[in-house]
Amino acid sequence: MFGYLTGFDNDVFDQFERMRRQMDRMFGDRFTTPAGIRSLAAGTFPAVNVGASEEQVDIYLFAAGVDPKTLNISLQQNLLTIEGERKIEYPEKAQFYRQERFSGKFRRVLTLPEDVDPEQVNAHYRDGVLQITVKRREAVRPRQIEVK
Amino acid sequence: MSESKEMKTREGSEMQPQSEQDVVLRPAVDIYEDGKEITVRADMPGVSRDRLQVQVDGNNLAIEGQAAIDMPEGMESLHADVRTTQFHRSFALSNELDTGNINAEMSDGVLTLHLPKRAELQPRKIEVSVG
Repeated sequence: MFGYLTGFDNDVFDQFERMRRQMDRMFGDRFTTPAGIRSLAAGTFPAVNVGASEEQVDIYLFAAGVDPKTLNISLQQNLLTIEGERKIEYPEKAQFYRQERFSGKFRRVLTLPEDVDPEQVNAHYRDGVLQITVKRREAVRPRQIEVK
Repeated sequence: MSESKEMKTREGSEMQPQSEQDVVLRPAVDIYEDGKEITVRADMPGVSRDRLQVQVDGNNLAIEGQAAIDMPEGMESLHADVRTTQFHRSFALSNELDTGNINAEMSDGVLTLHLPKRAELQPRKIEVSVG
């Protein structure tokens, strides 16, 4: 179940993952599992959650203040690519104390479970969260077999 | 962002932190000043206007919000950068700010707060007369 997801520098086994990061900092990655080739550094904008049920896979992008028109979502087999841009405009005379919010273009690539159906994708943006729902193919869903 | 708490499935339509409620997200903020006011902008994705609270208590400004996210029945988490739905951040204000006239807007998960300076404390340009 968990083996599907390779698009993250973040394991399901959080504690190990945290330890891995600490080890990385101390020793480089010689003693730890390597990060996925498409994974991004922790804390990269936007944060992503992925959840799966029997019927569908839901991807949540926590992307506040993004104009949905800048979003470009594509699904090639089970490889989901989300690109977009957040433009932040500031008054000319602004003097900054903190500037923590990400500004610019972003792109995230996620490997979804293999049974997703690229023909059945739905995306909507509300309150700064982009939710993408991809249905899974029926054939692989567990089926109740009735005994006659 | 908490590292150790697992994001768990919903109750109703909301995600709930698995255990303690005190696990909170620290929203990223921009804070800048121009002549008249200080502006605070905070990323709080998933927080709608009615789930947002901005409180000024004395010199303390607290921003709080609860994100609401639709999750289908029986969902299992495959990956979670975000492990709680509770946002919280607070700042100490300085007393040249007019806390009675703070203005808040919420749009697409971005909170914008305008904290005006007291009128008598706004910088005045001092003309130098020649002659």
